[in-house]
Amino acid sequence: MTAPEPVERTPGPAWARRRAAARRAWGEFTRHRAGVLGLGVLVLVIALAALAPLITDADGVDVTRATGGRLEPPGGRYWLGTDESGRSVLLLVLWGARISLLVGLSATLLSIAIGTVVGILTGHFGGWGSALLMRLTDFFLVLPSLVLAIALSTVIGPGVGTIVLAIGVTSWPSAARLVRAQTLGVEARPYIERSRALGGGHLHVIGKHVLPGVLPLVLVNTTLAVGTAIVAESTLAFLGLGDPVAISWGSMLRSASNSGAVTAGAWWYLVPPGLAIAVVVLAFTLCGRAMESVLNPRLRER
Amino acid sequence: MTDALTTVEPPAAATPRGGGGGTLRYVLSKVGAALISLGLIVVLGFVLFRVLLPGDPVRTLTRGAPVTPEGAAALEREYGFDLPLWGQFTRYLGNLAHGDLDRSLVFKVPVAQKIGERLGPTLLLVGVGTLIAVVLGLWLGTRTAWRRGSRFDRTATGIALALWSAPTFWLGLVLLTATGGLFPSGGITYPDTPPDFLSQALDTAHHMVLPTITLVAVVYAQYQLVMRSSLVEEMHAEHLLTARAKGLRDDEVRRRHAVPNALLPTVTLVFLHLGLVVSGAITVETVFSWPGLGLLTFEALRFPDYPLLQGTFLVLAAAVVVMNLVADLLLRVLDPRVRAS
Repeated sequence: MTAPEPVERTPGPAWARRRAAARRAWGEFTRHRAGVLGLGVLVLVIALAALAPLITDADGVDVTRATGGRLEPPGGRYWLGTDESGRSVLLLVLWGARISLLVGLSATLLSIAIGTVVGILTGHFGGWGSALLMRLTDFFLVLPSLVLAIALSTVIGPGVGTIVLAIGVTSWPSAARLVRAQTLGVEARPYIERSRALGGGHLHVIGKHVLPGVLPLVLVNTTLAVGTAIVAESTLAFLGLGDPVAISWGSMLRSASNSGAVTAGAWWYLVPPGLAIAVVVLAFTLCGRAMESVLNPRLRER
Repeated sequence: MTDALTTVEPPAAATPRGGGGGTLRYVLSKVGAALISLGLIVVLGFVLFRVLLPGDPVRTLTRGAPVTPEGAAALEREYGFDLPLWGQFTRYLGNLAHGDLDRSLVFKVPVAQKIGERLGPTLLLVGVGTLIAVVLGLWLGTRTAWRRGSRFDRTATGIALALWSAPTFWLGLVLLTATGGLFPSGGITYPDTPPDFLSQALDTAHHMVLPTITLVAVVYAQYQLVMRSSLVEEMHAEHLLTARAKGLRDDEVRRRHAVPNALLPTVTLVFLHLGLVVSGAITVETVFSWPGLGLLTFEALRFPDYPLLQGTFLVLAAAVVVMNLVADLLLRVLDPRVRAS
């Protein structure tokens, strides 16, 4: 980067402007009732998951110290009944949230990071290298990601890290496409030309102009993608690609299906984890859609 | 797993580059791109299941079960592990050219034969499921966009979002528990069904009800939401005002002016997200023991049977690429905007 402009370094007015924009965006967001509801649900679920070791006893999820009977229906002692080894389903759902959310979030961060880097690089630089990278992106976009994720995780071996990697590595292309489109949009504006004329290098243009312009979109895309990643986690865990000991909503459903809870009609073991997934994914989706309509006024429907 | 709830813009692949060239050039470039993708899939299949596979190949193939040295050597020879990596690759390419995908470890028959057996049920399930999902999704998407904000829109969009949020396999399990034996819990026919066509077809249909509902429930939501947002964007277009000013009735404006334009990005996305249908098929077939390629993948996964996994990977990925090519070529015929440029 060559001699930066001292004027652009002073944070004052730019930051005040950004704060004001953020306030406006928040004001607009709060007008979407569904989005606020989604946000509320997410805050609640994340708080419960984070506080699980404090508000419950970790012994309850230990198979060897289970106190209940096999597949007990819901009752006074176990509000949501018990699983096949006598553990409280409610407790398992609470603890399962930790891994499901963690995997969902870290897989999304991985895929968005890859997607953002690829998107900005191909949008900013152009040339045959970018063309090649975009071809590769299109290839991965079309490839059935579950099939690729299965292939990847059989090769690396089952585990939580495997699932994160499998989801992250297979789901970045749509983010890359979106970020690339946005980068091209930002770079077509005159202030980029001005910045270049004043001697701004690639790093300066990307860091100071493209990234801030792209970030809101990336944030929306991340919010929407977390839901998809959580569903993907549960699917991979259900197929047996996760850590067999770790408790997640997906691995609970796998145990439920393997222990004959379906034929026994043990709905209390089957419904809560799936419902938890659906509610959390829906909350992420509602949040993301509200954020999207804040960003893109054309989507505001009235 | 990729998310298409909100990205309505048609992918760049749908618009021809540069313009100018004729139909032949368009077809050639699309076919060329598809061939490159197929090549990448072939290479990826080799890298995943040969290069990245950890540990001693024979131990991996037998899962550590005891084998005599002669048995191990025979296995090494059969799967070509005695060759250097480059030799393995040329052997793999040569075999692939002859439709030979090695022998399955679980079923002890050639992988290609096993895949051939399982192709029919998957095509049946995915074909019927996608057809219903497309019709239902496009119809509901059009209705909800046209009457957006109404109670019908809120209900239908809410249901679609909820179904889209739920994991496929879970919906299947819940359906199984909820219907409690009303429909068969797995398989494609009962063994004691008479062999004549009518009874077999009826029995298959009976077995298909739950898997199809599950597949449709997960897939249609995406189509509906995409069609809805696509049509909502289209409804601000000025030619609709002209159409109304001309005195066309409301549903004529919708049918003849708004829907055709909104249909194209949606159809493109439908094909672009065929991978989603394939993912859905794997989980649905696993839950309902539907004897198709998805269940085969799961069975291979449990062992794990690497040659079989490689085979299903190649076939499923290649199928999606070929379907996308068909979509691109069809789009050329359907969309005058693509044709004219």
